[in-house]
Amino acid sequence: MAATDPSHTTPLNSAPTQISDDARGYYTPGEPLVDPVAPTGPIGQRWTQRKFDNRLVNPANRRKLDVIIVGTGLAGGAAAATMGEAGYNVKSFCYQDSPRRAHSIAAQGGINAAKNYKEDGDSTFRLFYDTVKGGDYRSRESNVYRLAEVSADIIDQCVAQGVPFAREYGGLLDNRSFGGVQVSRTFYARGQTGQQLLIGAYQAMERQVAAGTVTEYTRHEMLEVIVVDGKARGIIARDLVTGEIETHLADVVVLATGGYGNVFFLSTNAMGSNVTAAWRAHRKGAYMANPCYTQIHPTCIPVSGDHQSKLTLMSESLRNDGRIWVPKNKEDCDKDPRDIPEEDRDYYLERIYPSFGNLVPRDIASRQAKNVCDEGRGVGPMVGDFRRGVYLDFTDAIARLGEDGIREKYDNLFDMYARITGENPYETPMRIYPAVHYVMGGLWVDYHLQSSIPGLFVTGEANFSDHGANRLGASALMQGLADGYFVLPNTIRDYLADGPFEKITEDHPAVVEARTQVEERVTKFLSINGTRSADSFHKELGHIMWEYCGMERSEDGLRKAIDMIRELKAAFWSDLKVLGTADSLNQSLEKAGRVADFIELGELMCIDALNRRESCGGHFRAESQTEDGEALRHDEEFAYVAAWEWGGEGGDPVLHKEDLIYTAIEMKQRSYK
Amino acid sequence: MATPTLVKGARSTRSTIALKLAMAVSGLIFIGYVLAHMYGNLKAFSGEEAFNEYAHHIREIGEPILPHAGALWIFRVVLLLALVVHVASAVALWRRASKARTQKYAVKKNIRSSLSSRTMRWGGLTLLLFIVWHLLHFTIVKVDVSTGDTGSDNPYRLLVDSFDVWWMTVIYLVAMLALAMHLHHGMFSAIQTLGFTNTAKSRARAREAGWILAVVVAGGFSLVPIFTLFGVIS
Amino acid sequence: MDLTLNIWRQPDAVTHGALHTYQLAGISEDMSFLEMLDVLNEQLNAAGEDPVAFDSDCREGICGTCSLMINGQAHGPEVTTTCQLHMRSFKDGDTITVEPWRADAFPVLKDLVTDRSAFDRIIQSGGYISANTGSAPEANSVPAPRDKAMRAFNVATCIGCGACVAACPNGSASLFMGAKITHLGELPQGQPERYTRVVDMVAQHDAEGFGGCTNIGECTAACPKEIPLDVISQLNKDLRTAMKQGR
Repeated sequence: MAATDPSHTTPLNSAPTQISDDARGYYTPGEPLVDPVAPTGPIGQRWTQRKFDNRLVNPANRRKLDVIIVGTGLAGGAAAATMGEAGYNVKSFCYQDSPRRAHSIAAQGGINAAKNYKEDGDSTFRLFYDTVKGGDYRSRESNVYRLAEVSADIIDQCVAQGVPFAREYGGLLDNRSFGGVQVSRTFYARGQTGQQLLIGAYQAMERQVAAGTVTEYTRHEMLEVIVVDGKARGIIARDLVTGEIETHLADVVVLATGGYGNVFFLSTNAMGSNVTAAWRAHRKGAYMANPCYTQIHPTCIPVSGDHQSKLTLMSESLRNDGRIWVPKNKEDCDKDPRDIPEEDRDYYLERIYPSFGNLVPRDIASRQAKNVCDEGRGVGPMVGDFRRGVYLDFTDAIARLGEDGIREKYDNLFDMYARITGENPYETPMRIYPAVHYVMGGLWVDYHLQSSIPGLFVTGEANFSDHGANRLGASALMQGLADGYFVLPNTIRDYLADGPFEKITEDHPAVVEARTQVEERVTKFLSINGTRSADSFHKELGHIMWEYCGMERSEDGLRKAIDMIRELKAAFWSDLKVLGTADSLNQSLEKAGRVADFIELGELMCIDALNRRESCGGHFRAESQTEDGEALRHDEEFAYVAAWEWGGEGGDPVLHKEDLIYTAIEMKQRSYK
Repeated sequence: MATPTLVKGARSTRSTIALKLAMAVSGLIFIGYVLAHMYGNLKAFSGEEAFNEYAHHIREIGEPILPHAGALWIFRVVLLLALVVHVASAVALWRRASKARTQKYAVKKNIRSSLSSRTMRWGGLTLLLFIVWHLLHFTIVKVDVSTGDTGSDNPYRLLVDSFDVWWMTVIYLVAMLALAMHLHHGMFSAIQTLGFTNTAKSRARAREAGWILAVVVAGGFSLVPIFTLFGVIS
Repeated sequence: MDLTLNIWRQPDAVTHGALHTYQLAGISEDMSFLEMLDVLNEQLNAAGEDPVAFDSDCREGICGTCSLMINGQAHGPEVTTTCQLHMRSFKDGDTITVEPWRADAFPVLKDLVTDRSAFDRIIQSGGYISANTGSAPEANSVPAPRDKAMRAFNVATCIGCGACVAACPNGSASLFMGAKITHLGELPQGQPERYTRVVDMVAQHDAEGFGGCTNIGECTAACPKEIPLDVISQLNKDLRTAMKQGR
């Protein structure tokens, strides 16, 4: 390992100096930011050392410590279970009717772990390396190494819980290769890996509910974080059934509230996925890091019309066997694909990237799909002025493996496709198009997953830390569970070792203030009494974001988008119409609060994208590309985390830069050619 | 109504599945009984003497260790117990089921369930009434409907005289239809409740067993009344 | 297409509800059923009428949130979840009756929204394998026979939507429970707690007010994940074994 792990104490790259300043006038420059708890030493020993250095909490003290965990997906559910097992007094919140419904459940493909069961040269270091490289050198190396390190433990834990991973005939675990890597390190449960992992975490958590260490609050939405003397001490939540505004106090608050992909209205996120918890924390002082890093997933079912409420992803494992193509000639685009001869098809990924072919990373596959559609060679129904779709063809794979072979591997995905489109993918090629799927950006956290508000920890997709500018396939599940099972429980104890903190009561001024803010906001939504539903504003915001802050971003477009969003915000607060009452189950009211926060987030995302005049991972700036249209990074300017501080109502956000210094990996320009 | 608390000190014997197991086992006792009963009835084809001989012999089973009609009474007691268990469990489960959905659907379709499975409860009640009638008719009062006499000591005559009357035959045939339906689902249900249908194949076999049992038992029972009505047995 | 909708409206858990009729025009067959309801709600909102409350989240058939009784069938006429049901399954001029799941263990909260927390409590009572974080042995140290692992997976696909309860004339949750019993019972890791698990889960099921199973199979016909009836047999078998063990 020593040979491949230099573990330099001296950096391999220098601190960046930004020359361009596209976002000038939209933000206020702030102090540079350093992770106060960043570990040092050889990279392979940092986490082990830190676990030892972090203080312990006496078991007798744990039950006196109240821990609030918002969100019950992989990161939140796993954390609640583990913290409960350790004996803390956990309160778990989710807006869904059951913790088991959190959107982690929809992840299909698998979970990476450096087990090297295939003896194909995998190792912790290789998983670390692939993840940093895949993230286009915009993640923190210590965090990523830790992620790779605990990945193997996750599989052990999940198997022990009864997660039914795919197995080989000998009864041992099976692996597959996934999304742009050349080793087989992905563990999977057919196309429902997220579901099985989540059910595992959920069951572990329910066990703690029965044991009395975890109390669950379902159909509760967190609407504010309570900050007392600079520390997060609780949340204000609304009971979505009775409408009651509740105060919950604790020694520490953990946000595991997922990503904000729904800012695009159409995404593969669940209808309820939202940014409210994170955004409320942001407004209370938590920095939002790299909000523009959005992952657009290449294999989704295309949009069929204006009525569409969400997009459905199909696992990119489909790219292992399917071949992606569009017609070479525009005239062929409305033909039956089976009538287009081989020589008139453009297998563009195989053509441009011969060594990776259809398995190039997500951002590349997505952008190339957009490019060919923009050229007018897209297929499927016209949506606006273009056909937005490319073929994913299984003809060759069916010839090779037989229809049954394909069915065994992908039947649920094929069924889903058939159900949504009404077409039979065994007979005609599937049509796919990219869709917003995951956000790498999120609340800024230090190595301990603590945000810039002491006592407020952030895990899973809600934080920014591990994926840089782009996430590899099968790494979201890994990160969620790593944070929840193994990282947070080992870092939060260092904070809780100082507790229990001084008791506060519900009449504390900071508590009353937070509560009043929430109540006033609810009242405001109901009293605007305009003409438009929250949904219609959300749709409009989504159009703006997708058009100008989607797969390709440009300076002009982003400026335009910021103006449009500001207008939209004004219209929202004057023309919103929410019927019903505050003291009942009111889904329009819930939606209004979420859209209000999405609008503010959208603006910040555009400012962040405008500032980052480089192309990296999921963020492609038109102004920064190579001659042949590939993404061009500017490490000397942008090898930093953009952590944005709330600038107050009407004020500009404040940009804090955290330099990304690599000691174990040399930065390279990515090339999949 | 939903309960927000977790059950403490759960016992397998106090569960709904225990009730179902009780139904399954008592049901199987009945199945064994009806098979034997049907076989006995078919003796009618062998003529008056053979049939009466058989009827008499039932009372002599186990003699001299058991007293006269001792075995018969053991059977009766077992059957009566099975009946009590079967009916009591059914009533308990029926009550639970009606409490489980007090607000009915405005529209409700049945997709996979068979008619026999949906009529188990009312069908069971019908059979219960039939059994009472049947016992009064052939065992307790022994009414000869053609003469109005009671207490006949010639089972064969009683049988022939009864089924010579068309409406008696109809009553019995209707009852056999109810029995067929009850057995069709009941046989499968018992096997499933006992946990022997853990694969699609075994489940299909259990369904076949239901069909076969229904046809054999109801068919076998129906032969005597039909053949009597048409004068083959006289 | 144009449709007539009869939808159950109920302002809250305690007030009595009733079916209300709405007319809806210009629905595309590519819409999902829930997108059709979204259109209705936009219409109601514009008209100043309270939109219809219904549950949905992932809208890709996996979270199990959506739960509508459509024309007397749980999740409607196709074998899928409500969110994956598309309007091409209906015809122009159809009348569609939409009701919430009906079971006393799933009380209605508003309109078409029900409280299914009873399922969570059934899981709490024993639907897990006790394995504290960090205590797990190396994953490949215990091989699991592939056929058993496959069976476990096939039934672990349960999404906990409650369609089985909704479709069952007895309001029984046996299919839900059987799926979990079978999933955990087929795996080597699930063996130590196997027979206490079944007793505890069944007791909780009964206490929640679900009915008993009569093996008629409506549950499996309604199950969007096609969980087979044999899980109920497995449930029965495991309970019978527990009984033999005197639990």
